[in-house]
Amino acid sequence: MYTASDLRKGLRIKIDNDPYVVTEFNFVKPGKGQALYRCRLRNMINGSQFERTFRSVDTFESADLQEKKMQYLYQEEDKYCFMDNESYEQVFLTREQVGDAVNYLIDNIEAQVLFFEDRALGLSVPNFVDLVVTQADPWAKGDSVTGNQKPVTLQTGYQILVPTFIEEGEKIRVDTRTGEYLTRVKG
Amino acid sequence: MIQALRRFFVTAGYLEVETPVRIPAPAPETHIDAPPAGDWFLQASPELCMKRLLAAGYGKIFQIAKCYRAGERGDRHLPEFTMLEWYRPASDYRDLMTECEVLLPFVLQALGRDAALVYRGERIDLTAPWERLSVAEAFRRFTPLTPEDALRKACFDERMALDIEPRLGRERPTFLYDYPAACAALARRKGADPALAERFELYIAGLELANAFSELTDVAEQRRRFEMARTERERLGKVGYPSAEPFLKALGAMPSAAGIALGVDRLAMLLADADRIDDVVAFVPEDL
Repeated sequence: MYTASDLRKGLRIKIDNDPYVVTEFNFVKPGKGQALYRCRLRNMINGSQFERTFRSVDTFESADLQEKKMQYLYQEEDKYCFMDNESYEQVFLTREQVGDAVNYLIDNIEAQVLFFEDRALGLSVPNFVDLVVTQADPWAKGDSVTGNQKPVTLQTGYQILVPTFIEEGEKIRVDTRTGEYLTRVKG
Repeated sequence: MIQALRRFFVTAGYLEVETPVRIPAPAPETHIDAPPAGDWFLQASPELCMKRLLAAGYGKIFQIAKCYRAGERGDRHLPEFTMLEWYRPASDYRDLMTECEVLLPFVLQALGRDAALVYRGERIDLTAPWERLSVAEAFRRFTPLTPEDALRKACFDERMALDIEPRLGRERPTFLYDYPAACAALARRKGADPALAERFELYIAGLELANAFSELTDVAEQRRRFEMARTERERLGKVGYPSAEPFLKALGAMPSAAGIALGVDRLAMLLADADRIDDVVAFVPEDL
């Protein structure tokens, strides 16, 4: 249980059974009056945001979020299916919930699925993922102002800039936090 | 800035005083918490000791003191801050308004600055007279409620902090004056309208800079208001304070006077065009 004086940026609280994260926070107190806590909150399920002012007597339940290691199975329309390898329980995430991680979803990849109670909210993939280049144009010097980089398409459909020496069929390592090329992977 | 403040008061015939920071019995105010220090407390304000000096016949006095308020931390609040507090006998809150109108231009001039402040891109003219706005008029202008309605609906502080304060002191400083008596534990009631207390707050660019009273000198009334604040603190589950008996005893001998407390860090924010109080102190608690 939190009280209003625990509020700070990044705190996760439960309101009306939904998890919210505090994205902005300020303490205000009119002269000799009671302390007020002005917060901007983001709903961690649907992303909606709103502002609310709390008083020091207000209390909140913490939003208990858990991460579970799960394996990516398949995509069905705009749903992405993940399975818990121990319980074989399966969950679906929407395209929106998957976010940028969609660029790295290769079959059977293990990812951390974020849960609020029994609802899956989001996903984080490993920091480094190896992906096959499925389409790369041969490169002629002077083709582009980008100099020593060229765009290629990876097996997930992700388009990325890589050094000009990378060829179709090669495997590269991508840093999923920045979405950038890291190195060529042999074998 | 501090030197200019001192020079102003010394020149105006005030005596600089020093009172203990650690005290056994803070003034019971509903929403101000003095942090415990051993079996005593750190002062939330030097008010009670300074009034005892007034009662002892010290005349015009001022003090620049560290004050402490538990749980107050935000862009404009530090749990430890510097307060300039001064008292003048045989005066009321209107005299303090006039004195503020002289003090701030004096400080600006001493620092070699223009008579106008530029704060966050806004120009605020400090030439007297400044705006005088009653609390009732401010509610009429900026909210759909009267102060009495707001108090009844327990949303006085919200309306004040969210709808009124940000709009005050925009082109020139604003004195917001005549608070409902319930909002002024140590202020004298207005003779013409006892539902109001002779209290004002000074705002510049939406920033609350100072709070002033025509001081209450009626011992029985003061005791009753302390009791009310104490009951309210109890109801809110706040730390109880012992009764400030030596203060109440001295109050009977206190001459009629007006007193004011000005946030020195806030003044520094205005002068330095700083958005956050963190920018005008060397260390904030999070750095220690």
